[in-house]
Formats: sequence, C-alpha cells, structure tokens
Amino acid sequence: MSIVTVQLGQCGNQIGFEVFDALFSDSHCPQGLCSKRENEAYRASCKERFFSEEENGVPIARAVLVDMEPKVINQTLSKAAHSGRWKYGQHSCFCQKQGSGNNWAYGYSVHGPRHEESIMNLIQKEVEKCDSLNGFFIIMSMAGGTGSGLGAFVTQNLQDQYSNSLKMNQIIWPYGTGEVIVQNYNSILTLSHLYRSSDALLVHENDAVHKICAKLMNIKQISFRDINQVLAHQLGSVFQPTYSGEGSFHYRRNPLGDLMENLVPHPEFKMLGVRNIPQMSENSLAYSTFTWAGLLKHLRQMLISNAKMEEGIDWQVRPPLSGLPTRGKMSLNKESHFNTSIANLVILRGKDVHSAELGAFKDPALYTSWLEPVHAFSVWKTQRAFSKYEKSAALVSNSQFLVKPLDTIVGKAWNMFASNKDRGGTITNLKIQMRDTPQ
Amino acid sequence: MTQSVVIQVGQCGNQIGCCFWDLALREHAAVNQKAIYDEAISSFFRNVDTRVVGDGGSISKGKICSLKARAVLIDMEEGVVNEILQGPLRDVFDSKQLITDISGSGNNWAVGHKVFGSLYQEQILEKLRKSAEHCDCLQCFFIIHSMGGGTGSGLGTFLLKVLEDEFPEVYRFVASIYPSGEDDVITSPYNSMLAMKELNEHADCVLPIDNQSLFDIISKIDLMVNSGKLGTAIKPKSLVTSSAGAFKKRQEKPFDAMNNIVANLLLNLTSSARFEGSLNMDLNEISMNLVPFPQLHYLVSSLTPLYTLADVNIPSRRLDQMFSDAFSKDHQLIRADPKHSLYLACALMVRGNVQISDLRRNIERLKPALRFVSWNQEGWKTSLCSVPPVGHSHSLLALANNTCVKPTFIELRERFTRLYRKRAHLHHYLQIEGMEESCFTEALSSLSALIQEYNQLDATKSMPAEELPRLSVAV
Repeated sequence: MSIVTVQLGQCGNQIGFEVFDALFSDSHCPQGLCSKRENEAYRASCKERFFSEEENGVPIARAVLVDMEPKVINQTLSKAAHSGRWKYGQHSCFCQKQGSGNNWAYGYSVHGPRHEESIMNLIQKEVEKCDSLNGFFIIMSMAGGTGSGLGAFVTQNLQDQYSNSLKMNQIIWPYGTGEVIVQNYNSILTLSHLYRSSDALLVHENDAVHKICAKLMNIKQISFRDINQVLAHQLGSVFQPTYSGEGSFHYRRNPLGDLMENLVPHPEFKMLGVRNIPQMSENSLAYSTFTWAGLLKHLRQMLISNAKMEEGIDWQVRPPLSGLPTRGKMSLNKESHFNTSIANLVILRGKDVHSAELGAFKDPALYTSWLEPVHAFSVWKTQRAFSKYEKSAALVSNSQFLVKPLDTIVGKAWNMFASNKDRGGTITNLKIQMRDTPQ
Repeated sequence: MTQSVVIQVGQCGNQIGCCFWDLALREHAAVNQKAIYDEAISSFFRNVDTRVVGDGGSISKGKICSLKARAVLIDMEEGVVNEILQGPLRDVFDSKQLITDISGSGNNWAVGHKVFGSLYQEQILEKLRKSAEHCDCLQCFFIIHSMGGGTGSGLGTFLLKVLEDEFPEVYRFVASIYPSGEDDVITSPYNSMLAMKELNEHADCVLPIDNQSLFDIISKIDLMVNSGKLGTAIKPKSLVTSSAGAFKKRQEKPFDAMNNIVANLLLNLTSSARFEGSLNMDLNEISMNLVPFPQLHYLVSSLTPLYTLADVNIPSRRLDQMFSDAFSKDHQLIRADPKHSLYLACALMVRGNVQISDLRRNIERLKPALRFVSWNQEGWKTSLCSVPPVGHSHSLLALANNTCVKPTFIELRERFTRLYRKRAHLHHYLQIEGMEESCFTEALSSLSALIQEYNQLDATKSMPAEELPRLSVAV
C-alpha cells in the first residue's frame, strides 16, 4: 500500500526532498547484509510505498509540493532532477507568489480556501496513481505561515475527503530561541487544529536534531541540510519496510495503520516522538561495532530519561519502584524526571535481528496503568540493514516527552498575548493576523 | 516571486536612489552570469525590448534585452534628476516614470505636501498605476526621502496617503533620512515634525537613518584604510561605501559613500526575498515579526561588514565578530544605543556562507547582554540567504525594534519646540492654502503620543515579568 506525501512550505519541501533521497539511497544500498532476494523484496516494498514508475525507469516520488512562494519548490525540483536517480512529478507542485508572511491566519484562512480546489486536485491525481492508498504524510513546520496554517487547512480537508485513509503529520518543532517571533502563536494555532483532524503527530524538535548533529555527527558548521538529513534518516528508519509479523518474511503492507493501532490507542494522546540509535558520521561508522543488547539498553534509558540521543544520557533515572505507577494521573517524579509512556514501538533492522532481547521494554513500570505491556509495546523487525548501519534500532513512542516543550510554548504565547490586553495591542496584533481574512 | 517599486523623492531621495540602482545592477550582474531575465531580477527590473515603441516592449522571460528599473523619480526641481538622466544610468530609467517641476519646494513641507501634492496628484497616480501594471505581483513600495527638506519631506509623505488609498494591500516601507543636529536647513525641525505625523499614520515600516551616523561610519572606514593597521590591504571593490573604481574619486562626491550605505541597506533587506537560501524571509514577514503594535514601526538598522580585508578565508572568530559588530553603536545607521534600551523584536538577516549553527551560537552569545521586553524574551527573527553581497563572503543586517529611537524623537521635538515657541518662520507655512496652526499642534501631539508609547515600554524594563494566571499544562 502506498503513502502520499504532501510537503508544505519551505521547511516541508526541504525536508521532503531529504526524506525521499534517504529512502531511495537506502533501498538501493548494496550493503543490505542480506540475500539478494531479500534485498529485492525490500526495494520493491519501499518503491510501492513511496515511488511510482515512469516510462524511462526513473522513479517518481509520490509527493505533492505546495508553497506560497516559488523559490524553494524550484530548488527542490531541480535538486531532485539533477540527482538523476529519482525525481518529482512535473505537475505535482502548486505555488503562488506572495508567501504567507509567517502569518498562520493567512495560510489557514486566505490561502487555504482560495487554493483548496487546486491543491486537493493535485493530491487526488497522486492518489489515483496508487494501487491502494495507505494514507498521507504531511510534512510541515509550526513556526511559519504556510506550513503551519495551510498545513492545518489541508489536513482538515484530507479528513473530510479521505475519511478512510490515515493521516500522519510530520511536525517540526521550532528552536526554543526563536526562528520567528510569532512562532508560538503559529504553533499553538496549528496544534489545536491538527489535534482535531490528524490521526497522529510525529514531532521532530529542531533543538534535539541540532544537538545530534553537533555531538554525535561532529559537524562543525551545521546547516539546515545537515539537520534535514538526520531527520530523514530517522524517518527512514521507521518507515522503510519491515516484516509483517513475528516469524513472517513478507513485508508489512499497512505501516501507517499498524503504527497507529499500536501507538495511538486513545484519540486524546496522539503526539509521537522518534529516537534512533546508533547515529554517527560515516567516518566513525567504519570503526564501530554494536550488540543488540548494548543498543537496546541505551535506547530504553533514552526513553525513560527523555534523552534524544545516546550521549549524555542520565543513567540515574529509574522507573518508579512499586512497579505500578500512580493510577490515572501521569505524574512526573520531580527528582528523577521519569518519562512515562503510553505505548512504544521498537523497530530493529540488521544482522541477527531475531536474537535481540526486548524484555526490558515490556516492564509494566514503563507504562501507564490503563494499558498492559502486551498491548502497549510492539516490535517490528527486518534482517535487512538500514543505510549502512549493520544494526540499528528506532523507537517511536507515545510518551510524556513533549509535555515540557509544550508548556513552554503555551506559556510564551500566553505571555505575548495576555501582557498586552490592556494596550489593545493584542487586538491589533490579531487584526494583523486576520487582516486579510475574508469576512 | 514578487516585485517592488522604488519611489525616490527629492534631492536626497534621488541621489540615494541612484546609488541603489547602480548597486542593484552590479549585484545582479555578479549573480546572474548568463544574462537570463529571471525572477530575482524581475523583483526590481523590467526586461524591455527598446525597439518597440510604446508599452508593448515588456519581455517576461529569456535573455536580458534592456533592463528598466521599477522606479518612479519625483523631484520638484530638475537639477538632480537631469544629472541622473545624463549619467551612466540613463538607460535604466524609463523616461515616462519621472515627475519634475522647476521651482523646487523651498525647504517648505507645506509647499511639497499641499501645493505640489494637489498639483501632481493625478500624474503621480498615473505613474504609480503604470508601475503596478507592469508587475505580476506587486508586494512593496520603497520610498526614499529626507525628512528635513521640502520635496522629500512634504511630497514624499503626501505619497504615503495616496499609496494607502490606491494600493491598500501593498506594503509601504520608508527609508527616511533624519536631519542631524547641525543641519543647515533652519526649517528642518518643522518639516521633520510634519512628516513624522504622516509616517506615524501611513507607513507600514520606517527605517530611520541620520547623516551623522553615516558620516561617522565613513570616517571610521577611512581611518581603517589609511592606517593600514593590520598590514593587509583592503579590497577597494568590497567597500560597502563605493562603487567599483570610485574609491579614489570619493573626495569629489562626498555624499556618494554615505548614500551607498543606504543602498546596501535596501539591497540586504530584500536579498532573502530575491535570492535562495535555507531560511527565507520575505518582505511581508518583516512587519509581521518586527511590528508588534501598528504605531511602533520604526526599525533601527545596522550593517556589517563595512569593508573586507584581503584575507579571504574567514575563520569563525571573524564571523562571530560580524555579529558583535552588528550590535555595536558604530555600525548603527542612526545614532542610537540599542544595547542599553529595550528590544521589542530583533531580526538578523544573514547573507553568504553562514549556517544555522553559526547563527544560533551567536544568538546565545549575545543574548545575555541585551534586554528584551517581558512578553517577547526570545524575540529573534532570522533568515539565511545563500547569495552574499558583491565583494564579500557574508554579511549581516540587523533590524531592531528598540526603544532607543526615543531620544531621536525627543530631540526632534525639542528642536521643533524651540522654533515653534517663537513662531519663527511659521508664516512661510501658514500662507500656504490648507495649512493652519492645527497642523503643527496635531503633529506635535502625534509625536508626543509615540514618545509616550516608548516611555511606557521602557518603564517595564526593570519590572519583573507579570505572571498572569492561565490554565496550566499538567507537568
């Protein structure tokens, strides 16, 4: 089954390119560490999911590119075409001239309705190319105007028009110390709308990925390209093909459905985060070996201490001793900052994957009281190595990891809004936001 | 891609405008090696087949035939515009986009605003509509003028009202040259005060600049060049202040160097909208992020670097120096001390080979020394454009909405009051039809209200952030 990706705004398009590039490179990687037949099945499955075929053999990404100004889309299209390995569909993009001016209201209330038909038509065309549709990825940032506002609008439309298909929004959480001054307004408006219309929000934090680039990848001058590539690697490690079940050697056909079934048991809790291990520069990779035991131990501790990478993990954090966390409330133990999970999905790729021991993840102490570990924890596997890593593990979790960042954003937005209520400034500020909204 | 139209009014406006177009051409020539008319060039230039008579000559794609600036030149005396039309840029301007008169405005805002305003309103509207028609998607008007004279100040601000009525959706950015203390025009306080009221009410965003600061910057550069301190040569082409080869001729045209700084300001402001980059910033994002309240739209600008040493490989220490410079008093285009005042918002527009990690590192480094208003503690807007300016490997434009503009306005009010108290020179204004004393008093109260706004914000500087109750997230 296929996934159609909608890339929105500068961030969405820049990341989307890196994602397809990573998926393609991995599926054509010669060092799969498995049999030729296995490799071909993997490649075919990846292709069915993310690419469609053109006459002269160059795969076309199953994607729709949307932006309210032309520069980024032009760049993205030409980068893909120049690589010669895969490309975007010639008519798969929609752009305008003026941009959204970092204004969520502009993206949602002006551009959305105005261009609804054109954008939905483009998506429809892409959907028709699929034999069967698994669902949608929507890649967008929260800080700007197009990704955030138009992204929220498009997701809503997808819910109406494709109510049987699943939608997963890939959301980019902005840097804490500002990229955009009104990013907090844009973020909370986006999240509140998406929470009603999306099926799952996979959140990527710029700060976390930046640290990975600095500490693990040892990149001196980190560019957005570096950040996007790490992000793409993380996404690839989750969504590349995996076996459909324990003991099976066929690749799973419904990744989005399976993921959401495992990770989003309750519609009120749909924010997911991803971590993966190991993550390092290619030079270091040649000199490293790993064991599943070591990788999984680190991954588990990353989960419960809410660390985003394998360096600087706080090993002091432990699950609460009684084994059963307090009923109902998700309390954060002030001293140890234990990160309680609702559900976890571990994805293992590489050599001897069936020998990996996952008991530690089934510890009830990790989870809330209303979901047994047998329901809360699931694992996907494949023998085929990912992107030159002999062994790699990814963890997608529905946990408390976003509570604090969310509180920070809400606090700042509230601060900006409420401090000025006496000045009438907020009214005028909102007016600027809504100025061009058709009444 | 959007287009912008530059409206240059008065002697000062036109001279700066001239430098701007020269620099813009050179910048695009350096970037666009194949002479194809692309979207970046189209933001400021039209591509015209000059063999076609009349209007039909516009070419939208393909090779560059002849570039015409998207500009309207307005001056109420002919000297400056004529000089431009006889100079090296004569082919860049469309002869139909000029409005000139003979007698000038006599340094009288009322003459510029009321007399010439009503006289030329129709013509002005016609030229503006023409420029707008030539644009696929017009986003912004840039108005360049001085505040102290008669034409730039009076007619320039008259234009703002016209633009607001005729093109309400298009942004109005104004680069205003404020008079220095030792200004030779005696009536400049009146002119500036009357112009301020219009800027308060009809501009979307104002970039105040003063001659004294520009002059100080030039002096500093001269000092660096002549002292040969570090033993390395300064590349003459890379002086922000001069056109190629004009390095030695600078003594002849003293204002050219200063005008070039303003021209660079405008180019850097629009660079992220015109050229590609990893974090784009369009013009509509400037007011969205930097103007928290409609009246407080005055942005203090600072530009670095001002010159490049011949050493091409800039280690990151020098890169960091660029950021530090942007926050020092020496690089501000208006005399102001933002470091010791309150920031409402700050934008960093970087060009060239600078990446997000450099930006973040420097923000972290500089943040502790700067004071931001309580409701916008992390008030940074950033942009990264891959194309550096001509002759440099990178550059930084910092735009700050900061209460440090307050002293400039207070000083303006004081100079105004000194004259007004004695009713000196007032009769020149009052004899113009449509001018009354109420014009002056209204302008004064408008400026006072603005100063009061800044005062209120400054008062919050030392107060702790108010904790307003809200629904809390269960942490």
